[in-house]
Amino acid sequence: MGSVGTVGSVAASTLGFPILTVIVFLPLGGAILTALVPASDDGLARRVGLLAAVAEVGFVAYLLVAFKPVAGFQFVSQQPWIGSFGIAWKVGVDGISLFLVAVSALLFLVAMAGPPLRGSARAFMTWMLLLEAACIGAFLSMDLFLFFVMFEVTLVPAYFLVAGWGGPRRNYAAMKFFIYTFAGSAFFFVALLSLVFLTAPAHHGHATFDLITLTRLAGGLPHADQVLIFAGFAVGFAVKAPLVPFHSWLPDAYTEASTGGSMVLAGVMFALGGYGILRLGVFILPRGASDLAPVLLTLAVVGITYGAVVTIMQRDLKRLVAYSAIVSVAFVVLGEFAFSAQGVAGGVLQMVNESLTIGALFYMVGVVAERRGALRFSELGGIQKSAPILAAVFLAVVLSAVGLPGLNGFVSEFLVLAGTFVTHRWWAVVATTAIITGVIYFLWAYQRVFHGPARAANAAVREMSWGEIAAVAPLLAGIAFLGVYPAPLLDRLTPSVDHLLAHVQSADPAAHVPRISGGALSYSVPADQNVDSGLQTPAGAGATAAPVGAGAPAGAGSGAASSASAVPAAPSGGTR
Amino acid sequence: MIQSVLFAGVGHLAQSGSGCLGPNGTSITGLCTSDNSLHMPVAYRSILPMLVLFIGALVLLLVSALLSKRSRPGLYPVLSTAVGLAALVASVWEWYDVGNRGVSTIGGQIFYDRFSVFFGVVVSVTVVLASLVSDSYLRREGLDGVEAYALILLAGTGAVLMAEAAGLIMLFLGLEIMSIALYVMAAYHRRRTESGEAGFKYFILGSFSSAIFLYGVALTYGATGSTRFQDIAGYLARNTLVHDGVLLAGMALLIVGLGFKVAAVPFHFWTPDVYQGSPTPFTGYMAALAKAAGFAGLLRTLTGALSSQQANWRPVIWLIAVLTLLIGSVMAIAQRDLKRMMAYSSISQAGYVLVGLQAGSAAGTAGSLFYLFTYAFVIVGTFAVLGLIQGPGEARNDLGAIRGLARRRPGLAMAMLVFLLAQAGVPLTSGFLAKFYVIEASVQRGQYPLAIIAMLAAAIAAFFYLRIALLMYAGEGEAAGPAPALEPAGGGAEAAGEAAGEAFVADGALTAGLQPVPSLDGATATLTWEPPPEERIAIPPAVAATLAICVVFTIAAGVSSPIIDFARHATAMI
Repeated sequence: MGSVGTVGSVAASTLGFPILTVIVFLPLGGAILTALVPASDDGLARRVGLLAAVAEVGFVAYLLVAFKPVAGFQFVSQQPWIGSFGIAWKVGVDGISLFLVAVSALLFLVAMAGPPLRGSARAFMTWMLLLEAACIGAFLSMDLFLFFVMFEVTLVPAYFLVAGWGGPRRNYAAMKFFIYTFAGSAFFFVALLSLVFLTAPAHHGHATFDLITLTRLAGGLPHADQVLIFAGFAVGFAVKAPLVPFHSWLPDAYTEASTGGSMVLAGVMFALGGYGILRLGVFILPRGASDLAPVLLTLAVVGITYGAVVTIMQRDLKRLVAYSAIVSVAFVVLGEFAFSAQGVAGGVLQMVNESLTIGALFYMVGVVAERRGALRFSELGGIQKSAPILAAVFLAVVLSAVGLPGLNGFVSEFLVLAGTFVTHRWWAVVATTAIITGVIYFLWAYQRVFHGPARAANAAVREMSWGEIAAVAPLLAGIAFLGVYPAPLLDRLTPSVDHLLAHVQSADPAAHVPRISGGALSYSVPADQNVDSGLQTPAGAGATAAPVGAGAPAGAGSGAASSASAVPAAPSGGTR
Repeated sequence: MIQSVLFAGVGHLAQSGSGCLGPNGTSITGLCTSDNSLHMPVAYRSILPMLVLFIGALVLLLVSALLSKRSRPGLYPVLSTAVGLAALVASVWEWYDVGNRGVSTIGGQIFYDRFSVFFGVVVSVTVVLASLVSDSYLRREGLDGVEAYALILLAGTGAVLMAEAAGLIMLFLGLEIMSIALYVMAAYHRRRTESGEAGFKYFILGSFSSAIFLYGVALTYGATGSTRFQDIAGYLARNTLVHDGVLLAGMALLIVGLGFKVAAVPFHFWTPDVYQGSPTPFTGYMAALAKAAGFAGLLRTLTGALSSQQANWRPVIWLIAVLTLLIGSVMAIAQRDLKRMMAYSSISQAGYVLVGLQAGSAAGTAGSLFYLFTYAFVIVGTFAVLGLIQGPGEARNDLGAIRGLARRRPGLAMAMLVFLLAQAGVPLTSGFLAKFYVIEASVQRGQYPLAIIAMLAAAIAAFFYLRIALLMYAGEGEAAGPAPALEPAGGGAEAAGEAAGEAFVADGALTAGLQPVPSLDGATATLTWEPPPEERIAIPPAVAATLAICVVFTIAAGVSSPIIDFARHATAMI
């Protein structure tokens, strides 16, 4: 890290072309191509759409390989957009967004290829690809205006996906979803503009929406302003995620959407909330975040307990899965606002895991629904006898969801709870009950669907086809891989999380941030010895203010600081 | 009273002997040289777009008098479009001619600056768009004739004059020229009683508002001794009024008079009836033009002449803006008639421009200008689409008329979707940036509650925009009953429900379709009972071209920055 600020470092782009811009525009181009296919030829539209999704996965896989496990943004590319307002097209990826992008690309492909599609494949593929472009664009945005645009644009395809291919109450569900999120964005938007204009005087009077510049400037805002702006952000993202008092759109939207729609709504769009609150909220306004952390932690714990109770009471398989998402999202928020390295890493990991798990869950629910029509528990039961493979795959996904050791859910839940325990003991204690309640509702659901006597139509349920197995296989592979060997992911994630926490620490020295070191859980040495508060250093400021092109050289020493105890005190650090 | 004010204004003019005054009251040479108001040289270049429009209207009437009636059915729209384009060219020329100067010409009654020229551009563009979309409607309704286009051009003349006005008298003159043309246009459909009613209502209430405006002019003159914006501003800058009751009353009346034209709540009661009754393309023109001109007047008056009184008028505009935003959005939800719904929608949209006005800053003005310019394309396009789907005789304006449009006319539905999303303020359309600019200006002035209310109003408004969008993309009987929903793909954009959805439909159809659901869904479902009209919608080439222009502009202005830079250069007020 050296003299480069905790937020200012930008690692080199090792590629000769702006890969992130390509990754954002590829699905968009695919959507346009798909829309141009004649309406009569749905097969061609489907092929074109899938080809775009596959290509996207290819590019993202390349990104995963090329990504260096260091802190800071990589592959940054920048273009001025609305110059007079300091708005730019600026995209970059760091360890936190990398895996969200990867899992999004994968899940979109599965959601487009997997579930059988009735109705216009052309329209479905177009909306899905648009949604993919917007979601991934939001994850990669380094300009807050761009983020907001992407964040809002997601609503349109999501709206049409729910309203066009959903269940009987889809119009209501889609409308409710749109309006809730739109209203939540109102607060986010005004808070965002306030941030930009309150920091403008410190930026020679020029407004800027640049993430890194704003992060540097926001530290100079009065404390109360930081808290209020953070609160505005929190409302917007809490609706999107959703966190408990803002969750009432979720069961309708997730249940009424088609299988593919539910997969991406529950698997990708929720992460916009979880990612946004971390990247924009915590990163830019650490003091506001640490002030309001107790509120968010409490909401998360309430969500965990309340969500569990409501989930247990569901009588419909799809609705049960939908409600269980409330609990998973609450875990994300719990981890993120624990402000310990394990917690934050666990929270991010939980987002990745939830994408895989709940995507697979909704897919399997779709498989069952296709065979049985009904999804009420009262009409299901004993499916295992006629469809053992279906039951086995379903069980594997359910076990991932309940956090069985050896599968992905365990790693993130453990990290979240351990991370919360070291900083907020009692919250963690209450949250731990979710381990038990999760087992109750998931295994009970499994039992009611697959075990017991098989009545009537349940006696002869078609087995999973090879195509269906192939569709869910990538998700299962991810579930197993991350459960057994999460190290590659954690290695890339940890530097960025440390980076973030160092920034929180520099903004609020009172916060005591335990950190991960070399993968093992340990406490860091006191903050003032190892954390440079390079935000305030002139060198850091210079480095952050410099425009960074796609092929710019590496920021000075951007690779350091991945291991807390190994970092010497920065020469210019600590001057606040 | 009218006459006395007029004479007072003239008297003052003669008295002050103001020929051409620059921004600081200094005489500017080049445009006019004489100080003698009795022999005023006329700087024609400063009123070029207005002259083009006005002379164009006269030429149109002249041509029609020379030709036998109905000999050339397509001639007048072509001429009118050409006049609009000529005015556009004139405006663009003026833009470069005037530069960053601001000079008052023609006896100090016309202000020649980029603000005026900006509205010259907006009005010319609106005239072109309206001429293009009106032709097919008028022919369909058997109303073809020169009068419609002459009225379009005359209304445009008045609108430009309002923006060019350097004083309240000229502002009033422009207001009346525009309004009288618009009254006639509202009543233009002779065989529809609604149209006559609309024209009558608009005329009666509009006359009232004009009278109120005039009273405001009189009181402002009484308080400041002038009707010219520069002199009013100068007077108020030099003097502190101990008893400012007269000025405040005058200001309030001016706000009422102009608020009526822009359909701000609580002066909006005429809007739904007039918008519903007027011939559809004229409604779009009226919405774009009257708002642009009315706000030009408001901006000149409030942020220009009365900028020193910001502490007095900003709270008033704040309240009007909040009422306009919320009542417009909420009332639109309850509407069953598309034109009425769009009327309330346009009220709500005026609220955003008021938010920009309320900021009372250059940024707010730029936001308002951007809003008005981009809104013109959106609203003309919207009403053009409504004009096509309503069928001969404006038979169907109810929500059911637009049902299934995507299946019948996917291109038309896509255009409408873009307009709806733009009005809802979804990113990548001009509507989003427009809202962004005005709200940004509001936040810049620390008006956080207003900004949040404006955004929440957008969320409320999204409801009815999306409902229209949903109806367009809904399939035949999709939500109404189980049978069509279980059919395999009916083709087009509608989906008959995929695996899980189908499963739900099988056992959920009773609750969904046959019983009224007491919810948002129910409202939509009951509307969908009517069978969609199956006649093919013909899209005339001129309308198709206009829609294409509007769509391209709406998206282009939503993703790029030239328009806002254009607007930012036009914010210098006096």
